[in-house]
Amino acid sequence: MKAAVIVFPAATSDRDTKVCLEQSTGKPVHMVWHGDTEIPDVDLIVLPGGFSYGDYLRCGAMASHSPIMKEVKSRAKQGVHVLGICNGFQILCESGLLPGVLMRNAGLKFICKDVDLRVENDTTPFTRGYGKGQAVRIPVSHHDGNYFADDAALEKLEDEGRVAFRYLANPNGSRADIAGILNDKGNVLGMMPHPERLADAQLGGTDGRPMFDALTEALS
Amino acid sequence: MKAKVYVTLKIGVLDPQGKAVQHALHALGFEGVGDVRQGKFVEIELDETDRAQAERAVDEMCRQLLANTVIEDYSIDLED
Repeated sequence: MKAAVIVFPAATSDRDTKVCLEQSTGKPVHMVWHGDTEIPDVDLIVLPGGFSYGDYLRCGAMASHSPIMKEVKSRAKQGVHVLGICNGFQILCESGLLPGVLMRNAGLKFICKDVDLRVENDTTPFTRGYGKGQAVRIPVSHHDGNYFADDAALEKLEDEGRVAFRYLANPNGSRADIAGILNDKGNVLGMMPHPERLADAQLGGTDGRPMFDALTEALS
Repeated sequence: MKAKVYVTLKIGVLDPQGKAVQHALHALGFEGVGDVRQGKFVEIELDETDRAQAERAVDEMCRQLLANTVIEDYSIDLED
């Protein structure tokens, strides 16, 4: 699998994600600057965590208009897999690649801790390294992770099996305990938790690793 | 011309920041404070002199960037 990580100004998890992907794929990962307009021929594009543009206006609002996003949208439409982690999830929502929006945490505080998730859909290249219903521990680190979509959009997500991960103990007020969702074709996943941050035993856990291994296997 | 844009959360969307402000006002002893909703205010200087054109342009700005219409409403005031 060939992968690219988009680097926005004030990204914080871009290098962690690169290291993680390189461990799984054994291949160098392309780092693509947000101001560029082209992405190399890759199987996976990752929008990493961080605080692009200082979260000005709304999280992900500025980044969703970065020059590179036109190409990300076009590749996603062609079926290339796109993974948005944390700020990446916010950017995917703001750019219309995923429905809904991430609002300020219900408790108003920044939350940085390991949380337990339930895997709701294990049929995608992102999630097939897990079993349906499996509990995984993956850290969150966000101020705006409170997922909101209107009733009709939520119902559609549920009916189409597009909720990928749910919080076991909702930390941020997300509707339906949603931690991660898929687009209608299943090739775009956005999630607030950071799988790249618990993918190495030395960091205290490896529950994030199966996502990168499964992607590598599925997209190679 | 100057445009004043007000962006507010839609009715029905929970506003935890507004709630926190409401609690703080109560704690400060302000009686009779009901629901508080927090929003954004954006002031934009425009070269445009035609009101209708300006209104159309700012409306487009709101839909493309200034507001996220999934959760937010907006209103526009134009001043000469």
